[in-house]
Amino acid sequence: MCDVCGCGDKSVPVDVHDRILSVNDQQAAHNRSHFAQSDVVAINVMGSPGAGKTAVLEATARHFGAGRLGALAGDLATENDATRLQAAGIPSLSITTGSACHLDAEMVHHALHHFPWTGLDYLFIENVGNLVCPAVYDLGQAANVVLLAAHEGEDKPLKYPVMFRKADLVLITKIDLVPYLDIDLDLIERNIGTVMPHPEVFRVSAKTGEGIDRWVAWLEARRAPAEASRRAVPAGSAPQPHHHHHHG
Amino acid sequence: MHEYSIVSALYDRIVAEAGARQATAVHAVHVRIGAVSGVEPGLLQTAYTLFTPGTLCEHAPLCIEEVEARWACPACGGAPAKGARLVCPSCGAPVRLASGDEIDLVRIELEVP
Repeated sequence: MCDVCGCGDKSVPVDVHDRILSVNDQQAAHNRSHFAQSDVVAINVMGSPGAGKTAVLEATARHFGAGRLGALAGDLATENDATRLQAAGIPSLSITTGSACHLDAEMVHHALHHFPWTGLDYLFIENVGNLVCPAVYDLGQAANVVLLAAHEGEDKPLKYPVMFRKADLVLITKIDLVPYLDIDLDLIERNIGTVMPHPEVFRVSAKTGEGIDRWVAWLEARRAPAEASRRAVPAGSAPQPHHHHHHG
Repeated sequence: MHEYSIVSALYDRIVAEAGARQATAVHAVHVRIGAVSGVEPGLLQTAYTLFTPGTLCEHAPLCIEEVEARWACPACGGAPAKGARLVCPSCGAPVRLASGDEIDLVRIELEVP
């Protein structure tokens, strides 16, 4: 008999003890091996609708030469974000999710087969605007970056702790608006420290460019270990090729 | 609401386990959901109730065991107070999540011929 809810059927218990999202996890691991083999740093960019995800990527494009950046843009219904990124010089493919509130590893994998990404240095995966659901799905990224606009309020990290717990970096965006807001950025950072185990927070404005140099330096540092390990790989020890079904 | 896609993944796994054992029915499904997993138990239950009519799980209750979030210092085991910075109160090291991020299928109860 079930000791959790008291249901009392005579039946065979089958212990599974596995993550419900194990299929997504396997697909994410597969994507991760793709990224590693092509030496591309994949960054999962998350945040509320209007947090400034696309604007920060546009500002990022001004710091990198052509051919280094690419993006997959998750969007419920439009291709507006991908169109904006293209205009900013970032080759992009839209992943239209329909009603899905997040990207999953399978959607990303499908996109990887329809987008020339292997020669890039960085692939940004701009997730669906949402501070809840995207945090649950591993996509195979090297890092999670969470954007929180200054006007969203000091308590957002406390209200959405899962998203901030999974973040490797938080960008507080739109700080050019701070003079017009009644907002305490130090309090936002203190709140982040109660939900994010290794808090790393930059304050940026895509509009004025303030702080974008720190974000760019952070990105460059993500490549440094890859560059070093690539140089350290002796000849003949290339990663094993792997086989999988390619989508049409 | 991603809970519906969690239920969909859960159902796929149950069907695979049931198929492997030629089960004729599912009597109960036991899952474990952590407090900081990003899955809301109430919404998961609702999604399951919406999903299962007409399926193998139609008469199988979803039993959800909720797991509290527990942070602990990897060095000395110290735990921060609720709502405090995520550093060890004793030695100052960053703490790690010891439990609370579970989104696990624990056990299914099958009618097996």
